[in-house]
Amino acid sequence: MRFQLTEDQRALRDGVRQLLARRFDADALRAAVAEPGLDRALWRGLGEAGFFALRLPESDGGVGLGLPEAVLAFEEAGRALLPGPLVATHLAAGTVAGAATGETVVTAVDSGPVEWLTEADVVLGDASGAVPLRSVDPLTPLHRVPDALPATAGPVAVLLTAAEQLGTATRACELAVRHARTREQFGQPIGAFQAVKHLCAEMLVRAETARAAVYAAAVTADPVDIAAARLLADEAAERGARDCLQVHGGMGFTWESEVHLHLKRAWVRAQRGGEITESEELLAADLVG
Amino acid sequence: MDLSYTPEEEDFRARLREWLAEVLPGLPPKPSPDDWPARRAYDLGWQRMLYDAGYAEVYWNASPTVRLIFLEETEQAGAPYVGANFVGLLHAGPTIASEGTPEQRARWLPPVLRGDEVWCQGFSEPDAGSDLAALRTRAWRDGDHYVVSGSKIWTSHAEVADWCELLVRTDPAAPKHRGITWLAMPMDAPGITVRPLRTLAGSAEFAEVFLDEVQVPVTNRVGAENDGWRVTMVTLSFERGTAFVGEVVACRRVLGELAREARKNGRWDDPVLRRRLGRLNAEFRALWRLTQWNVSEAEAGGGVPGIGGSVFKLRYSHARQELYDAAAAVLGAQSLDLDRLWVLDRLSSLSYTIAAGTSQIQRNIVAERILGLPKGR
Repeated sequence: MRFQLTEDQRALRDGVRQLLARRFDADALRAAVAEPGLDRALWRGLGEAGFFALRLPESDGGVGLGLPEAVLAFEEAGRALLPGPLVATHLAAGTVAGAATGETVVTAVDSGPVEWLTEADVVLGDASGAVPLRSVDPLTPLHRVPDALPATAGPVAVLLTAAEQLGTATRACELAVRHARTREQFGQPIGAFQAVKHLCAEMLVRAETARAAVYAAAVTADPVDIAAARLLADEAAERGARDCLQVHGGMGFTWESEVHLHLKRAWVRAQRGGEITESEELLAADLVG
Repeated sequence: MDLSYTPEEEDFRARLREWLAEVLPGLPPKPSPDDWPARRAYDLGWQRMLYDAGYAEVYWNASPTVRLIFLEETEQAGAPYVGANFVGLLHAGPTIASEGTPEQRARWLPPVLRGDEVWCQGFSEPDAGSDLAALRTRAWRDGDHYVVSGSKIWTSHAEVADWCELLVRTDPAAPKHRGITWLAMPMDAPGITVRPLRTLAGSAEFAEVFLDEVQVPVTNRVGAENDGWRVTMVTLSFERGTAFVGEVVACRRVLGELAREARKNGRWDDPVLRRRLGRLNAEFRALWRLTQWNVSEAEAGGGVPGIGGSVFKLRYSHARQELYDAAAAVLGAQSLDLDRLWVLDRLSSLSYTIAAGTSQIQRNIVAERILGLPKGR
């Protein structure tokens, strides 16, 4: 049992991280908030790097990797707060022309609000009668579809979303720790105070527990494992971003800080893949099955 | 990332499973939790069976993965817990194996493995709980002996122990972490008084141990004089690293029993309770994956459990309390009946966020040693 990242997996993760640091850094994030809209050049760049074709067989022009590698890539996307219908386009690679290469932007209708409906080239599912919402997340435009029969996202979509949530949880912990080490009050870094220290420790504990669940679900692809990963990752992301905001104090409550964007995205992702109670019921049924 | 086992590991699992199925039905009934001599005999009898079947050394000489399989299978089969042998097998034994001289290893290790001798832990003191290094029990050199005076508290199994892994202060002038020495003290030496402590669970789980000029041979010192803090850190890394593996398996089993009980008594129809159990399923699945992750890391890192143990211990100790609170919700008013299953477990789970380093201490460890946050003044 080698439940750790292989050399290749580490290299893949680092590669995606570097790509995103180059193509979507803090300045790009700011610019995206100021002027919302999907960056088509970035989308094609992701396509060229194999982000969408990661799990397509090499014979079909894909990278030929598996779910664990996809999870690592989506964790990095979550960490960088990368906008766009990443999961839907990734899942459409191989069935929708141009999705694999990033030429075509694909979104999907599941039981939650539809993301990026007007920017998408292809919409999977019935989006008739869609009404725009004033989205809480400035980087994710949303539509409500009133009459459509809600199709629930498949387990892989749920798992990739959980991987993005894990990225947010990890990033929130990093941001909080960085601030707690440098921000001084009462003559010392606030990270020296136990009240702050313990918030940060709990953020790490939640993130690492979620990591074990998400990575294991990527290996087994078992729907119950995926439901567990989803619960833990949602919790780690939402509470992590909230605690990160708290550690930042008044600055955390401002539009200028990056923290609110992480929290809002975590809320958007938590609405994907059906109600959280469905996951809880699946896990409960597993106990008596 | 791989969760599969090698053919050798699978073979070990199959043989162990077969052996457990063969021997467990013949075990005598479990003794009362308050009858310490009977508990000692029961636990050591089980250890002897493991020894005779060649499984005793799994604790010390097997790879972390094989140890994981061993703990998983024995717990799933409902085999006895290490019990009175806990300190010897999981703390003192690995510490002596790692830090002791060849003579010390030959003297103390085989009796632990064979189930002949029981150890207890003389670390905590009344005025030095979480601040372990503030201990005050003194030891003076007198020829080829140390003379020890002071007192210890929270000492599990002290009533029936043969040996005590004892921390003493040998240099009161040194900074508090530097003047400590690790001794193996025979529990039948003159000057030792053991007084049982009654816990909130009603049982005498712990004892206070009073030491009045107890003589301990200098040859019983493990590590150098005044180097006991480093030796203790070796002991504690074992305590936080792998000590809870079997318990996570046990909690997953209990969760399944809770769900079945809830179906029987009708509470399963309450969606709030049902989803609460569903969440606990997610929690303990994740804790099992975290265990596998930590064991894989230990295997890659040479076998000594790493600091991930603190992350695990924090999450697990709170989850265990939530599990038994859920048990009380399943039982309803019956959760007030001490004769009901799970009620005593609920009471004893209250110790988990305190023992082996409180959650507050563990959060400091995580924040300072993993996240690199500064120490407070």
